[in-house]
Amino acid sequence: MENLKQELKAKIIENLNLEDFKVEDIDDNDSLFGDGLGLDSIDALELIVMLDKDYGIKISDPKKGKTIFESIQTMAQFIMDNKTK
Amino acid sequence: MAQCYINGIGSVSTQDTSNYKAFLKNHQELKENIVHVHKPNYRDYIKPASIRRMANGVKNGVVASAIALKEAAIETPEAIITGTGMGCTIDSGKFLKNIVDNNEQYLTPTAFIQSTHNTVGGQIALGLQCKAYNVTYVHNATSFETALIDALLMINDNQTTILVGGVDEIGDYSVSLHQLVGLVKEQDTMSNGILQSNSKGTIYGEGAQFFALENKKKDTAYAELVDVSIHDSIQDNEVQTRLLTFLKNHELKATDLDLVILGNNGDEEYDKHYNKLQNSIFKDTQQIYYKHLSGEYHTASSFGLWMAAQICKTQKIPEFLKLNTKKVTAIKHLLLYNQYRGENHSFTLLRSC
Repeated sequence: MENLKQELKAKIIENLNLEDFKVEDIDDNDSLFGDGLGLDSIDALELIVMLDKDYGIKISDPKKGKTIFESIQTMAQFIMDNKTK
Repeated sequence: MAQCYINGIGSVSTQDTSNYKAFLKNHQELKENIVHVHKPNYRDYIKPASIRRMANGVKNGVVASAIALKEAAIETPEAIITGTGMGCTIDSGKFLKNIVDNNEQYLTPTAFIQSTHNTVGGQIALGLQCKAYNVTYVHNATSFETALIDALLMINDNQTTILVGGVDEIGDYSVSLHQLVGLVKEQDTMSNGILQSNSKGTIYGEGAQFFALENKKKDTAYAELVDVSIHDSIQDNEVQTRLLTFLKNHELKATDLDLVILGNNGDEEYDKHYNKLQNSIFKDTQQIYYKHLSGEYHTASSFGLWMAAQICKTQKIPEFLKLNTKKVTAIKHLLLYNQYRGENHSFTLLRSC
């Protein structure tokens, strides 16, 4: 789980070009959207594609996205529970 | 024809040009055959939230436009007109690579959104919240000149403030294709000796130059943009005739020009177009060049215009630009002539003001 969280932080920084952030700057419970990392709707699409491509998870219900992408902690837990690759 | 003045200029180039007040004061010789821009501090001009999705060309275009508008004290122009030969080639390459690598699956929006040719003009408009006329021209090495012609037509049609510019960026994949077909010199060439390299190909660069054009002269004015003419595919022996006709339309002869700014880039195969004019109708005229400073790219002539505007205003010609030495007492009429691999010929006429 800890390794997965570090992996997610690195992927988010790289895929979303968060030039000002380093892995250690992101706390597991920081909000990804809004006041936290400040991600937006285009980033949400990038994250959905990343879950599908890297972990074999398709999010069929967009309403669940808000909970899944709340923080690194919630994302990592969701991936642990649902990953197919 | 209404008069069209260059009241503000902005440049992000392979030289330190973002400080336009120090006109090529610390110019650098280019030591490699692929040369990237001298990066300004982008965060001085672009919000952090926007900057992370912008490719280099977009950032350079936004910065150059901001500098030009600020100098001319224009908040919102009545038109944004952009010329680009290759557009946002980095994000185009990224998006196409994703398609291939992922077997047409898992395509994300960011690279696609940023990959279109009109991304630069769009991002400038978004930053300014400008909903005015916004057009991007993509016509190889006459992209920038086409944008200038549109701007001149708009000024003539009673528009008052136009932002016009030329932008191109270096992308790894497009450069590899340029190298593959021999457009880039095989040996690294010091740029000040590029015209004596006696080899095919040239050095490639990138950059963004924007100009604030207005129908009224301001205190910041650099020059009057008189006319632009494009001749895409013409025979070698037609260049001189077309040029003389262009000048005649403005009641000028070749000997009336005080300065000619030529697009020589050290490609022995195509510099002959310039050499013919240099040794004939321009043999008694001061000649200068600029691609040893900017590198070649489809809108490199916008760097030539940036330089011409500076020379018009300062009435000074730096020694490292000169192709010959002629006595020039005052610079009133300047002509830029550019071509790209024997095609896309263009003439741009400036008058000091």
